[in-house]
Amino acid sequence: MLTILFDGVAYGMLLFVLACGLAVTLGLMNFVNLAHGAFAMGGGYLTVVLMNRLGVPFLLCLPAAFLLTAAVGVVLERTLYVRLYGKTHLDQVLFTIGLVFMAIAAIDYFMGAQQQLITLPAFLRGQLEILGGSIGIYRLFIIAICGALVVVLQLGLSRTRFGSRLRAAVDQPDVARGLGIDVNRLFAATFALGSGLAGLGGALGVDVLGLDPTFPLKFMIYFLVVVTVGGTTSLIGPFVASLVLGLGDVAGKYFVPEFGAFMIYTMMVAILIVRPQGLFARGSR
Amino acid sequence: MAKWTLRAALAGVAALLAGAAMAADTVKVALILPMTGPFASTGRQIDAAARLYLDQHKGDLQGCTVELTTKDDTGTADVTKRIAQEAVVREGANILAGFGLTPLALAAAPIATQGKVPMVVMAAATSIITEKSPNIVRTSFTTPQAAYAMGEWAAKNGIGKVVTLVSDYAPGNDAETYFAKAFEAGGGQVAEKLRVPLQNPDFAPFLQRAKDAAPDAIFVFVPSGVGSIVMKQVADRGLTAAGVKLIGTGDVTDDDILNNMGDVALGTITAFFYSAAHDSPENKGFVEAFKKANGNMRPNFFAVSGYDGMHAIFEGLRKTDCDPSAEKFVDAVKGMSWTSPRGKIAIDPETRDIVQTIYIREVKRGEDGELYNIEFDQIPDMKDPAKAGK
Repeated sequence: MLTILFDGVAYGMLLFVLACGLAVTLGLMNFVNLAHGAFAMGGGYLTVVLMNRLGVPFLLCLPAAFLLTAAVGVVLERTLYVRLYGKTHLDQVLFTIGLVFMAIAAIDYFMGAQQQLITLPAFLRGQLEILGGSIGIYRLFIIAICGALVVVLQLGLSRTRFGSRLRAAVDQPDVARGLGIDVNRLFAATFALGSGLAGLGGALGVDVLGLDPTFPLKFMIYFLVVVTVGGTTSLIGPFVASLVLGLGDVAGKYFVPEFGAFMIYTMMVAILIVRPQGLFARGSR
Repeated sequence: MAKWTLRAALAGVAALLAGAAMAADTVKVALILPMTGPFASTGRQIDAAARLYLDQHKGDLQGCTVELTTKDDTGTADVTKRIAQEAVVREGANILAGFGLTPLALAAAPIATQGKVPMVVMAAATSIITEKSPNIVRTSFTTPQAAYAMGEWAAKNGIGKVVTLVSDYAPGNDAETYFAKAFEAGGGQVAEKLRVPLQNPDFAPFLQRAKDAAPDAIFVFVPSGVGSIVMKQVADRGLTAAGVKLIGTGDVTDDDILNNMGDVALGTITAFFYSAAHDSPENKGFVEAFKKANGNMRPNFFAVSGYDGMHAIFEGLRKTDCDPSAEKFVDAVKGMSWTSPRGKIAIDPETRDIVQTIYIREVKRGEDGELYNIEFDQIPDMKDPAKAGK
């Protein structure tokens, strides 16, 4: 039982890291970025290449995946995304889904379509026996990293100057500009943060979720479910949503395996019937 | 008078043309495979093996040459159907070959029937395929063959209680059914049958459930790339340490990716028809030539199926004097037997399906330091158990 609870939390945490970047761009910048999964995949493949071809240790790959995908994010934001901020959501959806397909084809061409594998360092493998349940060390590691991220992000957005500027820029870009806030740079930085987080999630997820070129499509639905259920006005919403969905998914698959695959959708439907704006929404805008 | 001569001349030309069409100079084989998309590795292996065969046996046939055209169906059934139709109708293909997945083969079967062309299935492995057209011949394997053999072997070798874990799609369900049949007939107990959704991101809950049932072994059937994730999680969850064996069909320890799986794969026991480490002069030659022609890529079970598919095509044409019409060709192939790199195989004259030895293998490190499936037991001359009424 404890093991299931623990696996569920770890899975939820991983979902959160993968999806929170989307919550940031969608909620804070009001931009629908379906290509979010492509950044996560980028982070995953970076890790694979760094580890398997260049022999970089796993723990160094994580920050590398974050920084490099963030850098790619900035470049794409400055060259491509910036043109779509003012456009309708449909344009944004069409544009970013196009990016997804391009990313899939590119990865397929350069890396091949097969599953990519990494070998985790020995100290992250195996299990601990605690309180009668066994706990995977790598999953514990995921929970620790993600937990720390949640705290840092939430404090960063609510307590720092960067956070308040960002919120100001999102609500009233013109006024924010008038106050001397460089909105363009702010958005670029935010976008980089979102992409970097996706990259980190992708890197952490290689060992648990697997990695192949269809990754962005396979997991797009999960990102969207998390963001829909959690609402996009804060990070706490997607966080709680990830945990609830992760736990529900794992517990569902354990206790009723025949029905397990549908659990996550059933929960989404149930939650949205009760709270159509998501768990933590401020109400409709 | 002049009129008659002209008519006679025309008739003569017509007869000549008809004769030429009967024993075509070039037999066109359309090799339809997923060359891109998630199943590209299947296509790559078969394509490489078929071309290798063609290179080695070019000029072997008297009276005709075989022309091989590879077509990419991206692993999508409606594309397969369209390509097969175009190949037969517009490009005049004489033989259809390839077919990476069950739905793809099923989509093309009506074309083979209506177009009266032979169809050589080199990969797709559900049992029903050969029943979908009288013109289908299969040179790969059937999932029940491997699963049934595993069940028989497990029951005889001290494994009493098993949990099955299969991907929830037709081949997975086939594997579960035939493993359970053979295993239970041998006195074993299947404690739990778990079906995992095909797009399943995390195996943790399923494996935990399997672990809680405390079986002697877990029988796994998942698409080949996913197998490595399962193996890792089996090891990480402490199942291996608890003495639970991992058994399955050879898809899980596919030669193409086996070596990248690392030590977690060691000790996995599988039942299958081909290992690159199979000990025979035919196989040594095949592996060497294949690696040389393909940048040191190791041939897997799909490669050998493609290679044997080409052999069936060549031998069939030899017997019919280069007549690729479905009736004659399929008749010629029925009952044919030969020594393939995988060992002795035959085409069952009744079902047009393959009859072959299923080997029991364990993953070990080979002499070159790479991971291989090492064969240590075998069940000879196995027909498809689904069609043999087991």
